[in-house]
Amino acid sequence: MNLLAIDTATEACSAALLAGDELIERWQLAPRGHTQLLLPMIGAVMAEAGCTWSALDGIAFGRGPGAFVGVRIATACAQGLAFAHDLPVAPVSTLETLAYGAGRRQGARQVFAAIDARMGEIYAAAWPLDADGWPQEPRLAECVTAASALSLPGTWFGVGSGLAAAASAFDGRIAFSDRDPAALPHAADVARLGRRLLLAGAGVSAAAAQPVYLRDEVAKKSAVRG
Amino acid sequence: MIVLGIETSCDETGVALYDGARGLRAHALYSQVALHAEYGGVVPELASRDHVRKLVPLLDEAFAAAGLERGAVEGIAYTAGPGLIGALMVGASFARALAAAWQVPALGVHHMEGHLLAPMLEADPPAFPFLALLVSGGHTLLVAVAGVGRYRILGESIDDAAGEAFDKTAKLLGLPYPGGPALARLAGRGDPARFTFPRPMTDRPGLDFSFSGLKTHALNTLASLSGSEEDRADVARAFEDAVVDTLFLKCRRALRETGLKRLVVAGGVGANERLREQLAALMQARGGRAYYPRPAFCTDNGAMIAYAGHCRLAAGEREDGPIRAVPRWPLDALQPPPALA
Repeated sequence: MNLLAIDTATEACSAALLAGDELIERWQLAPRGHTQLLLPMIGAVMAEAGCTWSALDGIAFGRGPGAFVGVRIATACAQGLAFAHDLPVAPVSTLETLAYGAGRRQGARQVFAAIDARMGEIYAAAWPLDADGWPQEPRLAECVTAASALSLPGTWFGVGSGLAAAASAFDGRIAFSDRDPAALPHAADVARLGRRLLLAGAGVSAAAAQPVYLRDEVAKKSAVRG
Repeated sequence: MIVLGIETSCDETGVALYDGARGLRAHALYSQVALHAEYGGVVPELASRDHVRKLVPLLDEAFAAAGLERGAVEGIAYTAGPGLIGALMVGASFARALAAAWQVPALGVHHMEGHLLAPMLEADPPAFPFLALLVSGGHTLLVAVAGVGRYRILGESIDDAAGEAFDKTAKLLGLPYPGGPALARLAGRGDPARFTFPRPMTDRPGLDFSFSGLKTHALNTLASLSGSEEDRADVARAFEDAVVDTLFLKCRRALRETGLKRLVVAGGVGANERLREQLAALMQARGGRAYYPRPAFCTDNGAMIAYAGHCRLAAGEREDGPIRAVPRWPLDALQPPPALA
């Protein structure tokens, strides 16, 4: 299976091509640089793998939660790429990508992933990982919340910008074995999780490839505003 | 050349297929007006969210209506600005990724160029050069158009756009958003002789507009009245007459200064009946003619973007750099396509 994966949900921008066991990635820390970097990155991984558009079997993308505009850049690009050749799409959670990445890079087995959601809140979720590093049933389902409203039994590897944003708010509520607040999602991990989704038959059409924002109260209606 | 056009600059998602040989093949539009009405105006974040939901279904609709295979598209045009940055970003990202995967050229188009050229989609299009009056919720512009990409801005609003003034005054009159058309209906029952509102900036030279004072004038007039249905209709009439008359006077002045004989009226306010009547009479008296896009292409749509994009893509223009989403982009910064320069 040849799978192209993209992620622009945070300050990082990345694209990856997963072809069989070979994985090629471009990744860069680039706040506000997504519109310049994403298409050249896609072109670079395709060229390096010698993969043509018609040889692709699917598209994976970081569907959020994350920065709204960034999440939509990846979503709209994924829709365009998938619409072009009628490919199935794997929408991959940004939090799950961080959790899976912590398993791969740091050997974590219980991961609490959190992204700074601003306005005093974080996007958060927690997964135990199996022996191969795949996230299992979440212990905390994805949510947007004040960090101080969360508590989890057990010991967790904390990953993502939400750990820095709310550093002391977890004291006494969540015990961390270690923390990596600087961790950012990688398209390589989006690709691996995406392939798993597609193989499980969880791929969707371009139209159904949609962001997950978690924060849905973004404006007040006239009557409420008075 | 067959060009796919994509428009997502504000609160309408529009797509269209324009065929250089056969004209407009299909267009599809989704208006978010009902969504934003609950908030009393366009909420940019909600607009962006809706574009990403509606774009692909609209494309399916347009391709089916045109009877075209997806592989028939030879170029993609998208609105790169001006507009709401987040909303623009959806169409721009989609269009550029699609063009990359199809390996066809793509181009970011100026939204107002789309409006300027929209009458070219009609059966009897105007020839260049012409004067264009663009009046919408976001813009009020008088432009001398010598050809594609050859625009000279003669006048523009220094504060509220004409359509914005309509919507804000409608709100004062207790009409639901977007109130422009509702205000015009209310004005139809009003007495034109009861109140006379000022015609802003018509007593001095120049072609710029100012509409924010009219809204204040309406507010002050309403404050002195009981607020009966009759009062509201009379205020609506005075307001509409003042806007229409101001647009008329500036158009007449611009026609005299430029000597142009053709007038294009585009943008949502261009659908206003009273404005159309006055401008038609003006052009007849001058031995010229007024041109309007069909009502569906007066407001934002994908067809005008596909057409404007076709003018440039067919002339060899294309872009390869960043995905472009430009909230502010002066119309007179545009250049003709290279082959026509």
